[in-house]
Amino acid sequence: MSEASPAETRPGKTQRVRRHDEGTGRLAAVLLSPTLIVLALVVVYPILSALRESLYTSGQRVDEEGFIVQGSEFVGLDNYTAIFSGEVGDRFWNAFYNTTFFTVTCVTLETILGVAMALVMHKAFKGRGIVRASILVPWAIPTVVSALLWKWIFQADGAANALIGAEILWSTEGWQSVLSVIIADTWKTAPFIGLLVLAGLQTIPEEIYEAAKVDGASPWQQFVRITLPLVKPALLVAVLFRMLDTLRIFDLPFVLVGPGKESVETLSILAFLEARETRYGPAAAYATILFLYVAVVAFMFVKLLGADVIGEKSGKPSKPVKGKRGRGKSVDRPTDSAAVGVGSAVS
Amino acid sequence: MSKMSAETSAWRRYLPLIGVGLIVIYCLLPFYWMVVSAFRRPNDQFDNSIIPAPFSIENIKDVFDPNNGFGRSLLNSLIVAGTTTILTLIVGLVAAYTLARLEFRFKNVMLGIIITTSMFPGISLVIPLLKLFVDIKWINTYQAMIVPSLSFALPLAIWTLTTFFRQMPRELEQAAMVDGCTPAQAFRKVILPLAAPGVFTTAIITFIAAWNEFLIAVSMIDKKEIQTANVVIQQFTGTSGRDQPFGSQMAAGVIVTVPLLIAVLIFQRRIVAGLTAGGVK
Repeated sequence: MSEASPAETRPGKTQRVRRHDEGTGRLAAVLLSPTLIVLALVVVYPILSALRESLYTSGQRVDEEGFIVQGSEFVGLDNYTAIFSGEVGDRFWNAFYNTTFFTVTCVTLETILGVAMALVMHKAFKGRGIVRASILVPWAIPTVVSALLWKWIFQADGAANALIGAEILWSTEGWQSVLSVIIADTWKTAPFIGLLVLAGLQTIPEEIYEAAKVDGASPWQQFVRITLPLVKPALLVAVLFRMLDTLRIFDLPFVLVGPGKESVETLSILAFLEARETRYGPAAAYATILFLYVAVVAFMFVKLLGADVIGEKSGKPSKPVKGKRGRGKSVDRPTDSAAVGVGSAVS
Repeated sequence: MSKMSAETSAWRRYLPLIGVGLIVIYCLLPFYWMVVSAFRRPNDQFDNSIIPAPFSIENIKDVFDPNNGFGRSLLNSLIVAGTTTILTLIVGLVAAYTLARLEFRFKNVMLGIIITTSMFPGISLVIPLLKLFVDIKWINTYQAMIVPSLSFALPLAIWTLTTFFRQMPRELEQAAMVDGCTPAQAFRKVILPLAAPGVFTTAIITFIAAWNEFLIAVSMIDKKEIQTANVVIQQFTGTSGRDQPFGSQMAAGVIVTVPLLIAVLIFQRRIVAGLTAGGVK
C-alpha cells in the first residue's frame, strides 16, 4: 500500500493544489485565525506587555521634592540595572545560577537514565505494557503532588533517611535541598525521556544491527555508531523540551523546599515573589530576562545541533524522514550511512 | 564452552527482565509510598513500615474536613481543566486540520510559531496577565485560570492533533468529495468520526496538563472557594494542628492522582502514541 501511494498521490496532489490554489491561502488564514487570536492574546500580548512593563515602576513612592507619586512611571532600564547591582544583583545571579545548574544537571541525568531505560525496554519483549503504564505514573502525577511526596520522603524522620540510615535535614537549605529537587525532577521526567527515545529506537530496523554483527561490531560500537545517530533526532527534541521545561522550573522547588530559599530559588520563583509583592516592574524584568534566556538556549540548540522540532526537514529528501508517511524512506537512508560507519570502524 | 554460551544466553534472557523490574520499581516505589502513607493512622505518620500496619482511612476523612475546602477545590480543578480542554479542542481541531491538510505558504512557519509559543516560560506570561486581570477585575474568577491555560494547552493539542490527521489517508476526504460532500461536510461526516480516537487522546493529554497546572492557579487566585486542588493541597493545615499534615496531604495526593492514573492505565497505548507523536515526530 505504502509503495503504491507516492505514485498515486503525486498527480492528485498537484492537481488539487492547482485547483484550490487561489482559495486555500485565504481559507487557511480564516481557519487558523481563532488559534492565532487566542495565542496572540495569551502569549504574544503578555510577552510584549512584560517588555513594556519592565521599563516602568509601579506603586507608591516619594519623589525628590517629597511629593507622593502614584501609579506607574517610566524608568527606562532602571529595573534591569537594578537587577545587576548590589544585593538584588546577588539574588538575581544566585537565581540565574540555580536555574542553569538545575537545567544542566537534571537534563544530563534524565537523558542518561532515559536512554538507558529506553534501551532496556527495547530489548525486553515481555512486560512492555506494564513498563509503559508505570512510566506514565510519574508523568501523570501533578508536579505539586510529587513535590509534596518527595518532601515527605525527605522529611527528617522520613523514608529517605531511614533507608540510608542518616539524619539529613533535606528540605531546609543547602546542597541537600538542591539534591532533593534534582532527585524529584529526575524521577518524574527521566521515564518520559525514555518513552520518547524508545519511540525513536523502534523506527530503527533490526537488519542494521544484524549487518553490524556480521561485520563484527561490538555492542558498544553498535550503540555509538548506529543507535545514537539514528535516535538522535528524537533525542534532541526530547532534550530540548526538557531543557526549556527545566529553565522555567517553579512548582518543584517552590513546594518541595519552599519560597525564599536561597539554595533553590530559580528565576521563575524570584519573578513570582516580586509579582506577589506587586512590584510588577522588577518582576517583569526578571521574567523578560528568563524569556530571553529560554529563547537564546532554544535558538542555539536548534542552530548548533539541528534539532528538527517541527519536522520541517521531513519534506526534504536529503535528510532522514521522521514522519509516518515517509517511514519507508527513513529506514533506508540512514541504513547506508550507519552501515558504512560501522564497517569503517571495524575495519 | 557450551555451558558458557548457555550461561550467557540465560543472562541475555533475564537481564532485560531485571532491567524492566528496576524501571517499574523506580517509577512506582515513590507513588507506592504515597499510597501507603495515605492509609496510615495519623498517629503512625512517621512509621516506616512497608505496609500500613493498622490500615486506616482516617487521613482520607481528614482531607474532606470542611476546613481544608478540598472537595470544593476538586470541583474547581474539574471546572478549570474541563473548560480548558473543551475550548482547546474546539479551536485546536480546526487549526490542526488546516495545518495537516491544506496547502498554503508559510505552513511550516505557522506550525513552528504555534509550537514555539508553548515553550515560553509561564512566569513571563503570568506577570503581565496578572496585572491585566487586576485591572479588569478578573482576579478570583475561573476565566483568570482558563484563559492563560490555553497558552500551553492549545499548542500541545494542535501538535498532537496535526500528527493524527496527517496519519489519515487523504483519499478519505477526496472520496467523500467525489461523492458530493463539501470540504466541511467531508470533515464533519468522514474525518471527525474516524479521528475520534485521536481527538479523545488529545483531550486526555490536554486535560492532564491543565489539571496539573500550578503557577497560573497560584498567581491568579487568592480566594479559597475558587482555588484548584493543586493549590489547596500544599496549603493544608490539617485538623490535628501539626506542622505539616503529611498524612492528609498524601491522601489528597492519591485522590487527585488516582482519576488521572485510571485514565492513563486504560488508555496507555493511545496516550503513548499521542505523546510520542508530539514529542518525537
